[in-house]
Amino acid sequence: MINVSNLSKTYKDTTVLSIESLQLSKGEIIGLVGNNGAGKTTFFSLLLDLIKPSTGYIENNEIKVNESEVWKSTTAAFIDESFLIGYLTPEEYFSFIAGLRSVSKVDLELFLERFGTFFNEEILGKNKYIRDLSKGNQKKVGIAAAFIGAPELVILDEPFANLDPRAQMQLQNLLRQINQDLGCSIFVSSHDLLHVSELCQRILILNKGELVKDVTKGELSLDELRSFFMEEIAVTEEEPSTPLSADE
Amino acid sequence: MLKTLFSLELKSLFRSPTWKQNLWMRILIVFAILYFVLIFLSLGVGAYYIIEKADIGEPFEVINRYLIYYLGFDIVFRYMMQPMPVTNVQPLLYQNIKKATVVHFSMLKMLYSFFNWSHLFFLIPLSIILVVEGQPSGTTWLWSLSIYLLLLINNYLNVLVNQKNAVFAVVATLVLGSSGLQYFGVFDITTYTQVFFNALFERSWLVVPILMITLITYYAAFSHFRSLMYLDAGLAKKNERTISISENYFSRYGKLGLILRNDVALILRNKRARQAVFAGFFFIFYGLLFFTGAVEAYESDTWKLFAGIFVTGGFLFSFGQYVPSWDSQYYPLLMTQNITYLEYLKSKYTLIQVFTLATTILSSWYLIFGLEIFSYVLLGAIYNLTINSVIVLWGGAYVRTKIDLTSSKKAFGDKNAFNYRTLLLTLPKIALPLAIYGGFNYALGPLAAKISIVVVSIIGYFLKPFLFKTIISIYQKEKYETLKAYRS
Repeated sequence: MINVSNLSKTYKDTTVLSIESLQLSKGEIIGLVGNNGAGKTTFFSLLLDLIKPSTGYIENNEIKVNESEVWKSTTAAFIDESFLIGYLTPEEYFSFIAGLRSVSKVDLELFLERFGTFFNEEILGKNKYIRDLSKGNQKKVGIAAAFIGAPELVILDEPFANLDPRAQMQLQNLLRQINQDLGCSIFVSSHDLLHVSELCQRILILNKGELVKDVTKGELSLDELRSFFMEEIAVTEEEPSTPLSADE
Repeated sequence: MLKTLFSLELKSLFRSPTWKQNLWMRILIVFAILYFVLIFLSLGVGAYYIIEKADIGEPFEVINRYLIYYLGFDIVFRYMMQPMPVTNVQPLLYQNIKKATVVHFSMLKMLYSFFNWSHLFFLIPLSIILVVEGQPSGTTWLWSLSIYLLLLINNYLNVLVNQKNAVFAVVATLVLGSSGLQYFGVFDITTYTQVFFNALFERSWLVVPILMITLITYYAAFSHFRSLMYLDAGLAKKNERTISISENYFSRYGKLGLILRNDVALILRNKRARQAVFAGFFFIFYGLLFFTGAVEAYESDTWKLFAGIFVTGGFLFSFGQYVPSWDSQYYPLLMTQNITYLEYLKSKYTLIQVFTLATTILSSWYLIFGLEIFSYVLLGAIYNLTINSVIVLWGGAYVRTKIDLTSSKKAFGDKNAFNYRTLLLTLPKIALPLAIYGGFNYALGPLAAKISIVVVSIIGYFLKPFLFKTIISIYQKEKYETLKAYRS
């Protein structure tokens, strides 16, 4: 459903993202890992047409995202707080999104039941504006809203960050369930290798803007995933170690 | 330490996204400042002789008599437009800087505000003229100093008042009420205040108590800010009680209703947006300057149309000017949901229309000045409803000021959604109708001029779909730049 071709994003002289070719198919949970500055958020922003590609294009259901806006009815995302409307209550926010996605009130309530334990009675019926919620609870609101109306693709940037350990576990189960029940593709980024290796059917590793690994589950164990980043550290730490040893 | 803070201040000024983007804005601001400086200068130089020529009494006496209004309107304008000293305090809290230093710095920074130094362009030439005209120089300068201190008291009072709309309402009512009473000859406050200002001249030592009061208000404002320097005080997010908005009413308008409902929530639940509405309301009284003959220069018909446009267009200018900035905090959301630009703009457009209609109805009290005067209000309303309400959305595409609706990170948050920048942006929307009116008035007389405004409005109304299309294409083109500006 997603087809990336020859995509790159360059600011002045630095290329922050460069992906020659990538296809994502329907119904998968895909994980995107990489260090800070690897280009994860840039990639997501390009997918959502929030920034302009320097070269190449992304097709969503065979439509280039920067040429038509049809993809907006089948794609949803939660990247950061800028996807929340702070002065609404969570209920109002959900019904706003539901209205835009033509989901009836009854269906919305039914849908939100699924999130009952995840919300932990801190979200609904509290009569609080979203801007007054804690970071973790804001995140919960954003994630839940992204799934309203069963979009074909849901993009979540760092969904596990800021959540307490229990909510992290619950979220993993929820994402798996929703993926099975609604058939949504879910594209998550995370710094937590454990979550990614447990949850995702396919894992992409970005490094300095380039796609360095693209593996399916089972192909790469958690240890191997870890060792990939360990190697990185080993490489970068070798260089400064020489002057230190010279002191001895 | 102050030096470090000052360099931080300079950096935040030169590195702000608005500074980088709007070159023409800065040029406009410089021109506007020059304009006001000139006005103050010519008032300072000319006031004495104008009064002498008008033969309404001893000039110095007359000046002392009306000074109360100078001070009164000063505080009202300060409240409306003077930006509060914004210092990004939070990162400084954990550093080895005394909180008092930070607050003193912010307070002293205010002295460099246009609202403070511009008065010198009035007071200094005025005092020189007074001395030239035979007043003793020592006492004149002390008098002048007292007046300036009173203006500084206004400055710090404004800091205290700024947090409370109720206090402002009282002050504004007093100023407007007493000028009204005086205009209709019911009660003349100036006979009492004149005594006070005369005394400032006759008993120069009064400057000492006034200086004390200035220091006291400084200290009051200081300790007010100082008390806000805690994460759970001024820097805290306030948990407000929610204001509920009926869903049913809006649901019948479909998607437009959904967005409209959000816009209504935006206005009701955010102080900055509320203040824009308030400013719009205030402009209803703007016409008084023009229609009562209070200012001689404003007697001409063209200026009356100018007043008409402002009277009914207050909300249009103060709110519409900042579309889409009002939504800057969640613009990425709007850009990824299936909302078309047309739906988005229609919602804002509807809002502006409703408010313009409401202000027009509220302005119907101008009928007491006669039908002729009211016809200018109506002309202004027609022009605003048909043309300006669309054009204003156009201008918004280029503004790209990020509006922080909560401004929780800045203790002294910039609460004035309505400031002089907003005023500047209104000029193009006013120049056009005035030119048309002035031209026809000159060539064919006032009736033809009025008809020409109506005709232009009708043409504008039929051009609306086309204008919307153009505006949408601009919004689309500016999308990435706008997103970028809102992110930083």
